[in-house]
Amino acid sequence: MDVSRRTFFKIAGVAGAAGIAGQPAKAEAASLAVSQAPAVLVDATRCIGCRGCEAACAEANGLPGPVAPGDEAVFEARRQTGVGAYTVVNRYAHPKAEEGYRFVKTQCMHCADPACASACLAKALEKTAAGPVVYHPDRCLGCRYCMVACQFDVPKFEFEKASPFVRKCSFCAERQAQGLPPACTSVCPTGALQFGRRGELLEEARTRIYQNPGTYVRHIYGEHEAGGTNWLYISDVPFDRMGFRTDLGTTSPPELTRTALAAVPVVLTLWPPLLMGLYTWTQRSRAAAAQSRSGAGAGHRQASRQGGEEASHD
Amino acid sequence: MTDTTFDRLGPRGWVTEKVFLGMPLGAYLRSLVTSGNLLVALILVPGIPAVVYRFVYGIGAVSNLTQANPWGLWIGLDVMSGVALAAGGFTIATLVHVLGLRDYQPIVRPAILTGFLGYLFVVIGLTADLGRPWNLPVPMVYSFGTGSVMFEVGWCVALYLTVLALEFSPAAFEWLGLRKLRAWALKLTLALTILGLCLSTLHQSSLGALFLMMPHRVHPLWYSGFVPIFFFVSAIAAGIAMVIVESALSHRAFAGRVAPGSHERLDRITLGLARAGALVLFAYFFLRLQGLVDSGRFDLLNTGYGYWFLFELIGFVLVPAVLFGLASRQRRARLARWVAGWTVIGIVVNRLNLSVITFNWNSPERYVPSATEILISVTIITIGVMTFRWIVNRMPVLADDPAFPPAH
Ligand code: SF4
Ligand code: SF4
Ligand code: SF4
Repeated sequence: MDVSRRTFFKIAGVAGAAGIAGQPAKAEAASLAVSQAPAVLVDATRCIGCRGCEAACAEANGLPGPVAPGDEAVFEARRQTGVGAYTVVNRYAHPKAEEGYRFVKTQCMHCADPACASACLAKALEKTAAGPVVYHPDRCLGCRYCMVACQFDVPKFEFEKASPFVRKCSFCAERQAQGLPPACTSVCPTGALQFGRRGELLEEARTRIYQNPGTYVRHIYGEHEAGGTNWLYISDVPFDRMGFRTDLGTTSPPELTRTALAAVPVVLTLWPPLLMGLYTWTQRSRAAAAQSRSGAGAGHRQASRQGGEEASHD
Repeated sequence: MTDTTFDRLGPRGWVTEKVFLGMPLGAYLRSLVTSGNLLVALILVPGIPAVVYRFVYGIGAVSNLTQANPWGLWIGLDVMSGVALAAGGFTIATLVHVLGLRDYQPIVRPAILTGFLGYLFVVIGLTADLGRPWNLPVPMVYSFGTGSVMFEVGWCVALYLTVLALEFSPAAFEWLGLRKLRAWALKLTLALTILGLCLSTLHQSSLGALFLMMPHRVHPLWYSGFVPIFFFVSAIAAGIAMVIVESALSHRAFAGRVAPGSHERLDRITLGLARAGALVLFAYFFLRLQGLVDSGRFDLLNTGYGYWFLFELIGFVLVPAVLFGLASRQRRARLARWVAGWTVIGIVVNRLNLSVITFNWNSPERYVPSATEILISVTIITIGVMTFRWIVNRMPVLADDPAFPPAH
């Protein structure tokens, strides 16, 4: 049976090499303590729908300016972020007619454990140690797994181009690296967008909710949604009435795939010996059958020769 | 070159013999004018320009894919279904080389070839779907997204494609008359088979694991933590069914190339496979049932999606399981072939259900593939079938080459 043994080591070697390549990395959790991560608190009760953030974002990212600046008509239909607009402000009617409208800015939520980055096979989307989830265009394959993985429908794809990229809000990572606040938060005239540390902003949000009883919905959107996000929202209108998905749960999406990824080394270490065992066993029983047919004597030799033949037989 | 045929025939004679099937060029070209090839031409004449158009003007110019529905037919059919249907290679190779079921030896090569071309054209189809296919080497060479299920799929598919190429190489070496290389490649058989099973286990299930992160898109009746297991088990069923279908079609289409007496042998093989298919489909059925119980969403069964779910589960899993059993018990090979065809459709429906049909079920924007998307998919599949035919007509796939008797 030494042929089989040699073959086994050959397989184990190849499988082992594959195992190293496919080894799931330990989740690259944000190295920064979550509470210290840069974050933004969006207070929907303070937003006046001026769309200054849209204009600032377009300018900071070299995008075409926002559509119809100053024109209320853009609020007629709900808009999505796109390859030319990383943030948009939408208008929602307040359930109490006398309260008029509320406005909500959307952009990438900069999740604590982002689905998009864990989906990306080339680390083109990456959660940086500093906090923002950024895109490296030179690595992207354009598979669009990030788009379907993101629960907030954030990454957008340049379908119209022959050499397309994914586009999304970068949290102005470059500005932040220079010590500047994100472009959008820096122009907000009412303080509806407040840039700071996540822990402090959660405190601030709770304080506002408690100090204005009856005003706010008692929920901070993003504190736990999808494992927590670094853009946080408070509002006086229930979130499901302002275009937020409220069915996302609190598990971080990458958590859902970790068991599957953990199975890789198990398969690679268990399958080969198991199959070699099966193989040896089928060879033995075949040999035993041959032996009982052709009488005792040459049986065992024949068995081992046949084992060798089987390996070289296609 | 140690090729005696080559020495005997000289370069021109060799090309005539090996490539033009022993005919002078004119006669060979005339032999290509058949009704089958006319159909191929009807597909390729608009199909090839459509592929070119897609690469020049981008995905948006030919597809109905949108920001809300970024995955469509190319992922669902060319990739998800293609990989499942190419599972016959590892299934049959394991049966014969590991479990020692030599009765299935005659279908190993066609199964491996189907697997190899299946994966090859999955990768070709994928380049049409990828926005930046020229970056395919990135995750292979320097930027490893090791926490990504897609990374695992990509690596396994690339490695397995190589394994399949090596597994098929003895046939190509026989065609070329390269004895030494053939002998060397044959020595790898067992190692390649086991490696192939490992890689297949991983990526067949990981294609399902891609959906684990998307409970917000996959319909709750189809979403389950067991999706990776469903995918693996159903891939085995798909592989078995595909081998039955493919061998039946090959025996009809290449009647002149099969060994005499092989029809009866194929019937026996088909019935054996039908029994295996029944077992696997029953296992798959109960697993899916357990997935349903686990999700606890019986309330959703009484909806449009619920009826469709039940139709898939009963019509495409339970019914073929029962019929496969019946066919093998009553020794009805013809029935087994029809059931196999139905099973193949069922697995495609399942993959499309997860990735296209019920995907984004709660979003108002529905996706329907464009005519050009369908044309590009059909074009790629057609070229795959033509490649299969080209190889089978030249290399010893359906019958042994008399110059290379099988080792036993
Ligand atoms: S919101 Fe979407 S794109 Fe932004 S970090 Fe989270 S998963 Fe990524
Ligand atoms: S489209 Fe690009 S960024 Fe998104 S997952 Fe694929 S490779 Fe990564
Ligand atoms: S953080 Fe920067 S990129 Fe993101 S929305 Fe604000 S301005 Fe735009």
